[in-house]
Amino acid sequence: MNRLAKAARLLVAILREIFDEAAYERFLSRTQTASSPGAYAAFRQEFEEAKTRRPKCC
Amino acid sequence: MNSTDIKKTVSILSWGAVGLLGAIAVGVVAVRRGEPINALWLVVAATCCYALGYRFYSKFIAAKILALDALRATPAERLENGRDFLVTNKWVVFGHHFAAIAGPGPLVGPVLAAQFGYLPGTLWILAGAVFAGCVQDFVILLFSVRRDGKSLTEMAKEEIGRVGGFVAYTAVIAILVILLGVAALIVVNALKDSPWGTFTIAMTIPIALLMGLYLRRIRPGKVLEVSILGFVLVLLAIWGGQWASQNPTMALAFTLQGTTLAKLIIVYGFAASALPVWLLLAPRDYLSTFVKLGTIALLGIGIVALHPTLHMPALTRFVDGTGPVFAGKIFPFAFITIACGAISGFHSLISSGTTPKLIARETQTRMVGYGAMMCESAVAVMAIIAACVLQPGVYFAINSPAGLVGQTATAATATISSWGFPVTAADMQTLAHAVGEQTLFNRTGGAPAFAVGMAHIFSQSLGGATVMALWYHFAVMFEALFILTILDAGTRVARFMIQDALGHIYKPLGRTSWYPSILATSALVVGAWGFFLWQGVKDPLGGINSLWPLFGIANQLLATVALCVATTIIIKMHRTKYAAVTLVPLAWLVAVTFTASWHKILDPNPRVGFLAQARILESVPATTATAHLIFNNRLDAAVTAVLVVMVALVLIESVRQWIGVLTGREESGVKESPFVMTRLAEERG
Repeated sequence: MNRLAKAARLLVAILREIFDEAAYERFLSRTQTASSPGAYAAFRQEFEEAKTRRPKCC
Repeated sequence: MNSTDIKKTVSILSWGAVGLLGAIAVGVVAVRRGEPINALWLVVAATCCYALGYRFYSKFIAAKILALDALRATPAERLENGRDFLVTNKWVVFGHHFAAIAGPGPLVGPVLAAQFGYLPGTLWILAGAVFAGCVQDFVILLFSVRRDGKSLTEMAKEEIGRVGGFVAYTAVIAILVILLGVAALIVVNALKDSPWGTFTIAMTIPIALLMGLYLRRIRPGKVLEVSILGFVLVLLAIWGGQWASQNPTMALAFTLQGTTLAKLIIVYGFAASALPVWLLLAPRDYLSTFVKLGTIALLGIGIVALHPTLHMPALTRFVDGTGPVFAGKIFPFAFITIACGAISGFHSLISSGTTPKLIARETQTRMVGYGAMMCESAVAVMAIIAACVLQPGVYFAINSPAGLVGQTATAATATISSWGFPVTAADMQTLAHAVGEQTLFNRTGGAPAFAVGMAHIFSQSLGGATVMALWYHFAVMFEALFILTILDAGTRVARFMIQDALGHIYKPLGRTSWYPSILATSALVVGAWGFFLWQGVKDPLGGINSLWPLFGIANQLLATVALCVATTIIIKMHRTKYAAVTLVPLAWLVAVTFTASWHKILDPNPRVGFLAQARILESVPATTATAHLIFNNRLDAAVTAVLVVMVALVLIESVRQWIGVLTGREESGVKESPFVMTRLAEERG
């Protein structure tokens, strides 16, 4: 059961990283702000260039 | 016998069994002729090859050549900034890396190459991945980790010389432009005259906009949540597509010709590049990733659980180069048609992009670099299976252009049947009706054939024939969504690259927030891939015949550059006796790409050679259309020639470096970052 829970937690962590939710949380903790439309806009602005510069394969 | 001896014996016996099973499965796949085989043989052969390749070959490379050092601090640790550089769980990095490398390429290429039969593609995917593709991704990832996460372009400049950097840069732009053109063409061919598919894909635009607003205004940052919502809305859009196709007014509005769809996609590409990223691009990217990962997993489970029979023979008569899907002999064309599933130069950009900045320990590069490419290769095997479960006559009817098999259903089926692949107009009509389309003839590009194959597999159990149309449109939506995401993201990436270069000439042009520059460079990029798209739409042979090989050549030439960099570094590391690990795939790719380029430029067969095609067109009465086709063929020949000459220069420069190092004339030191002891070893034990 423990192993199953651990695997599920890992899967959620992978998905949260792929979908940038974890990156947003790191941004909130780094800037010491609470989640809000303004904070998310600032996060997107900061990540826009880095994110869109990442190549995605064919 | 102590416990160590027992473990060793068990290990030898287990791996011996895997080897034996793999040999039997590959043997069945390779030798069986004349009767259909079960798809499970391909699955078993692939699983055993990957297991053996990972356990033995990647371990050999890790130990003997790269000497992975778990105590050496990676850039993620040394340069951690909470943004680009970040120590990350290895499985998370693996997921991230796989999501970035798994595009539509491993789905489309194998479907097109299935015209040779299931055998050539399967063998190339397995051998190419284990000995070339996985090796390239692994070594480039490790070399980038040891150089503070530097890109392939930077490494090529440092290790080979300025020409290496310039060629890598140009090849990337060329690949992006050709890829985007051919990807857009695949979408056009999948959606033309298909009100159901067009309606569903059109609906993904307001869904993405809604997701963008939800993320921005209602639940900031809750991407997983909004992706699930978006996915449910997309399923509703698929269901709604059926209604749209049956409603006369809606059906008329969404039944579009190829040229109209091409214009709409060009306008869409420009808008997606110039609009704020949060509004359309980011939500669509998330939705596409969500659908992609889910569908790949579902298809894998479906194939294993339902283990369908392959109806395509092991080898078809088209190994001689007369194939209707694309012209050209098995060598070299099978090896440039299947790129991403075996080896793809584009992967080296990802291995030297985000991933090296996230790796916590050097030892994890094996699992991430070699392992993720193995999974990508498995996706390509699934695509081969999806194409080969179709009756060959049906496969060729879908994938052959009207210009080759005939404009009417009767003419097309008569031509295809005369090749030894019986199919009737009634069969095709029944199938088209079952998947909710008016016709399935001349749907070149690979996507519709893959969708029919996938629907065929799933409809065997999940819902039966009654829901085949839903499965088909789900597959079309999956591919089109996937490809449109590549279009928006790729256009932006190319725009940034051009802005970076233009910034050296005039500074404001390099500013990514300066609107005149955004509009000018977006127009430049969209105009470039739009040109190739338009060329494909107007091509009487379906476009894929000329554009997919061009893309394959460009992609494999980039892999040649990556393998040149890798071999140069290995020789500079004084591991020359093991240089064959990258040198053999390099030699193979040079043989493949240079031969393919020669054929595409100079082959006297007008279906193969661009210049021969131009000459044939010159001999018929001149019209505006033929003048355009002549120009397009000459341009394609020129693009291929320029790419080959540039890569030849990198190759010559690399060989000069190797000889210099081996004879002691050149400095042999590699340009790695200095060794710093990791702190993670103490913290994590």
